[in-house]
Amino acid sequence: MTGVPLSWYLILSAVLFALGVAGFLFRRNIITVFMSIELMLNAVNLSFITFSYQLRQVNGHIYSFFVMVVAAAEAAVGLAIILTVFRNRSTLNIDDVSSLKN
Amino acid sequence: MNFFLLSLIKAAVVAFVLLTTLAYLQWVERKVIAHIQVRMGPSRVGPHGLMQPLADVIKLITKEDLIPPYVNKFLYLAAPFLAITMALLSISVIPFGGGFSVFGDNTWMQLTDLNIGILFVLAVSSVGVYGIALAGWASNNKYSLLGGLRSSAQMISYELPLSLAIAAPLLLANTLSLRQLVTGQSGYYLGFIPRWNIFQGPMPQIFSFIIFLIAAFAETNRIPFDLPEAENELVAGYHTEYSSMKFAAFFMAEYANMVTVCSMTTTLFLGGWLPLWPESLGSSYLPSLVFLGAGAVALYHGLNPVRPRDRLTLPVVAAVFFLLAAIFLIPAGHAVLAPLFWFAAKTGTLLFVFIWVRGTLPRFRYDQLMGFAWKFLFPVAVVNLLVTGLMVAVFS
Amino acid sequence: MDVLLFLIFAAIAVVCGVNVVVQSHPISSAVSLIGVMGSLAVLYLLLGAEFIAAAQVIVYAGAIMVLFIFVIMLLNAGGETRRGRSFLAQLLGVPLLIAFLGLMAYFVQQLFPGAPVVHFGAFQGGTAQAVGRALFTQFLLPFEVVSVLILIAILGAVVLAQKEMD
Repeated sequence: MTGVPLSWYLILSAVLFALGVAGFLFRRNIITVFMSIELMLNAVNLSFITFSYQLRQVNGHIYSFFVMVVAAAEAAVGLAIILTVFRNRSTLNIDDVSSLKN
Repeated sequence: MNFFLLSLIKAAVVAFVLLTTLAYLQWVERKVIAHIQVRMGPSRVGPHGLMQPLADVIKLITKEDLIPPYVNKFLYLAAPFLAITMALLSISVIPFGGGFSVFGDNTWMQLTDLNIGILFVLAVSSVGVYGIALAGWASNNKYSLLGGLRSSAQMISYELPLSLAIAAPLLLANTLSLRQLVTGQSGYYLGFIPRWNIFQGPMPQIFSFIIFLIAAFAETNRIPFDLPEAENELVAGYHTEYSSMKFAAFFMAEYANMVTVCSMTTTLFLGGWLPLWPESLGSSYLPSLVFLGAGAVALYHGLNPVRPRDRLTLPVVAAVFFLLAAIFLIPAGHAVLAPLFWFAAKTGTLLFVFIWVRGTLPRFRYDQLMGFAWKFLFPVAVVNLLVTGLMVAVFS
Repeated sequence: MDVLLFLIFAAIAVVCGVNVVVQSHPISSAVSLIGVMGSLAVLYLLLGAEFIAAAQVIVYAGAIMVLFIFVIMLLNAGGETRRGRSFLAQLLGVPLLIAFLGLMAYFVQQLFPGAPVVHFGAFQGGTAQAVGRALFTQFLLPFEVVSVLILIAILGAVVLAQKEMD
């Protein structure tokens, strides 16, 4: 077989998304949690492009482009928030930023 | 299989020529800066210092390759590799000339023509920032970290005016492929003015050219924007802890970036491998005339030598130039060599401008550098793009 | 050839993805994430999305990850220290993960029985011209809204990160 079955791309996308979720739930460093979010967004982009190939339309590419732009905006603001948290708490561990918990 | 073999041969030729050019570009830079500063530059190792690059390579290879114990091993080794790979990669889409046929196969003087050629060059230069940032971090040294962060912040800040200055001639050319960019600049106005992008209506791209050149100086960390690697400010910046071949890799990466950026300027704004005036008015004799002139000057100075050694070396130089002039007169090789000559002449002139500026201008302070990028160059690039778009929309 | 390229770059993507989650120092996670993005760009090229592949490298790997790396280098907070893990989690974690992913792969495969096969070059509609045309005609409103979104993000980042003025 000279081509790759489409389901393989979707499986790869699912695997990367699952890895992103695992990182998001189990890591304690804020920046690593943030990077797991970016990993999830990349997995979703791969899904969009795969379906765009299947339906022979360019719309999936456009949605993927918008996801990238939103990820850029989110990264900028999120990192600014992380900087502010670090400046005030001197820690990057999300377990230590829990003063609103009772 | 034929295509594969042909591509392999082209890649080998381009790689060999590029690496030799990088080595001798350093010789040219040292000689030119020396003459600007009224001294001689390298002149001992071989005639006129021509063996100096070889001596430098041997020195760098045989130096002790020290990996300090306190560095982050993986990133320390990966950073120069990344820098030099990305610097050499972008030469693969630059068109050096037109089509020609070798052993019956028609091919182009370009390694590969992507239909997103410009985006490929931008992508490769974006990833090249990592070589410097990771080198600064991995060295575990505050001077390196500071130099690396400053240098990468400067490079990503100037990528914005660079991309906007690239986008303006793309509005005129309607394509992202570099080969079609060059072929779209062929033809002449009034019979003798070339339709290069800096002259092309409805909006001559002079401002884009200037913005691109300024942003290119900053992208390649050249004076006046080279504070992050200034010796007297930051020890040596991000390559303080590097020795021997890894240090050589960073230097080669800087010169390769210079060559890439000058080639991109030539392709985008100066018409690539197209001649300055039409063939019908005799531009095909220019290469031979230039080499004849150079040979004549060398012969004159060889016959009235300033130093006794020149009586031997300069006539040999003159003979080489006369030989090149004769080669350019052969009509068989002319179709292949003339576009190469024009491309090399334009790129060489821009490289000379880079070296000239290095010998002439002082360097910017870091806050002046960043303020210039964000407060002046970026708005000017945006306005330039808007005006170009307006002219294209109204007049076509 | 397509299968070989897919397998190589999918393997690189998965290994780098695991590395993002597993490494203790955020710099190593960031470099692995760049590896994931690079291999995904190659996979986009295999799917015919050349503009999105270039945009992925320029925007994601070349700008967003540089921002991450800057923040990690500036904060310099060091690696994460592990705080107590239950023995059951360590024993069952990886086998359960592999079982779950295998089950998911099986279901995805069953959902698309007569699935089309991806050939390199079969989809020619991912050029910059096609994307640009769709972006400026059919998706013009989202495009303009997203530019305002970026402006808001820039303002927010500048306000949040500036030094306090006394």
